[in-house]
Amino acid sequence: MSSLARRRTTDYAVKAISTGFAALSLVLLAWILWTLLSRGLPALGPHVFTNITAPPGAGGGLLNAIVGSLIQIGVALVIGTPIGLMCGTFLAENGRGTQIGNVVRFVNDVLLSAPSILIGLFVYQLLVVPFGGFSGWAGSIALAILVIPVVVRTTEDMLALVPIGLREAAFALGAPQWKVVTFITWRAARAGIVTGILLALARAAGETAPLLFTSLGNNGWSLNMSAPMASLPIAIYQYAASPFEDWVALAWAGALIITVGVLTLNVLSRLVLAKMK
Amino acid sequence: MAASISGTEADTALIAAHKPTGRISDPIFVGLLWASGIFVLVLLGLIIAMLFEGGLPALREFGISFLWSTTWNPVTERFGAGVMVFGTVASAVIAVIVALPLSFGIAFFLTEIAPGPLRRPIGVAVQLLAAIPSIIYGMWGFFIVVPLIAAYVQPPLIEWLGPIPLLGALFQGPPLGAGMLTAGLILALMILPFITAMFVEVLESVPPMIKESAYGVGATTYEVYRNVSVPYGRTAMVGAVMLGLGRALGETMAVTFVIGNATRMSASLFAPGATIASTIANEFPEASIGSLKLQALLQLGFILFVISFIVLALSRLLVRSKLKG
Repeated sequence: MSSLARRRTTDYAVKAISTGFAALSLVLLAWILWTLLSRGLPALGPHVFTNITAPPGAGGGLLNAIVGSLIQIGVALVIGTPIGLMCGTFLAENGRGTQIGNVVRFVNDVLLSAPSILIGLFVYQLLVVPFGGFSGWAGSIALAILVIPVVVRTTEDMLALVPIGLREAAFALGAPQWKVVTFITWRAARAGIVTGILLALARAAGETAPLLFTSLGNNGWSLNMSAPMASLPIAIYQYAASPFEDWVALAWAGALIITVGVLTLNVLSRLVLAKMK
Repeated sequence: MAASISGTEADTALIAAHKPTGRISDPIFVGLLWASGIFVLVLLGLIIAMLFEGGLPALREFGISFLWSTTWNPVTERFGAGVMVFGTVASAVIAVIVALPLSFGIAFFLTEIAPGPLRRPIGVAVQLLAAIPSIIYGMWGFFIVVPLIAAYVQPPLIEWLGPIPLLGALFQGPPLGAGMLTAGLILALMILPFITAMFVEVLESVPPMIKESAYGVGATTYEVYRNVSVPYGRTAMVGAVMLGLGRALGETMAVTFVIGNATRMSASLFAPGATIASTIANEFPEASIGSLKLQALLQLGFILFVISFIVLALSRLLVRSKLKG
């Protein structure tokens, strides 16, 4: 075989293998989704949304877990979003090119990828031990700590897309910085910032590990934020590992609900982001 | 003339009207911005301090040998991190070894092969793998992948490779399905989208000019990828791999479902093991406040934080240094 023919063959072979790898990743994604649909859909009935968790065979649902998750995610967003938004703004407006800005950005990047179970352990030490018990508050704060770096990152990225001229125009009119930021830059980057919050929501919704040691889970109906609180991921974890068929089925139903929610949020945010850029 | 004077007056009035609000509220607002920036720094400091302080009694009890001691016995209250540190690093390294060639291939496909209109949808689909929650990977791994590996992958490998001296040690033990290899495979799938996304970002930043000059002297697509694009982005790509490694080190729920959770050291890829994260998740419910076991778990958490901090920090430095230049 001539050298040229050999090089061509290598080229074709690598292209074929690479295409195969891409196809493989899509097949694996489809396989996971198919598993969720084929096992979760049959288990998904109205009882999942109307009944609270119950002993095996008693026809329990996931209502308390779903409500508990919604509450904790809601509180986490209320706590985490303003901090993340302000910190992202700090990085984009005040911290650009400064030493402190670089350090904050670096630390935020580390927090973004830090093991979420350690955030759970941290909040356990910080709140659960001193205040004498697992609570919905502790769970919410653990999730808030996961929300912050995501919001910081997207806020900074989105604000960086706002043209400098827009800010200069506002400053030239004598506007103070708080007005420039709130009325000009935030408004210009609104869609992107909201997308970041949605991504943070999606991340918080699927997290299990940080809730294990903070809100613990609760098999009864409780809206008390100072008591252990149920959540969907913890219920799934508890049920998936159980020997009871109806519990395992409920776990699959819960897994389907979470995944559909999280993937929908992700696809939506990516569509918005693609439009912005 | 009169109009322009009044215009200037109006501007002056506007500025004057703004200044008082600016004078009072601006320091507050800017102060809040700074405070939230500092808050993030304090947060990281607090996390490190709390984990260290919580685990300190265990470190005092067992000394520095806690780091490598392979005893983990809740009954006699003798604890050591050796097995978990090994499991954490081994499963993450397996994940990177498996994910790396896949990421190279998929990034090549996405940047050079895929037809334009397909690029984005396929890229997004790969990214969705990163959005699926860890616990879903755990369930899928536990109910689907583990039985398949136990039935179709492990028996032939044990039979064919087990008797080989040295290499065979990696393929010993009963075909349980759950174990180090399975955990590594699931982790590989989970970190694949992170590595691929950064590869694609780096490869897209390669100046078209240098690629075109390589094409100009007759290089094939693969040769340009291998000899021009990848060397150009090498530093940032190493950073991307480190990011994947960092993610794999701390992954909890997925690993807990498929690693088998045995606190024994074993050279075999098929043997059940444990990572730091899976041990914390598994054993925490049995550890009461103030117990030595809880302190040992907190110390494990601190070790994990240090390991992932170093890896993630290195990753950021490598990625930033390249993308900046």
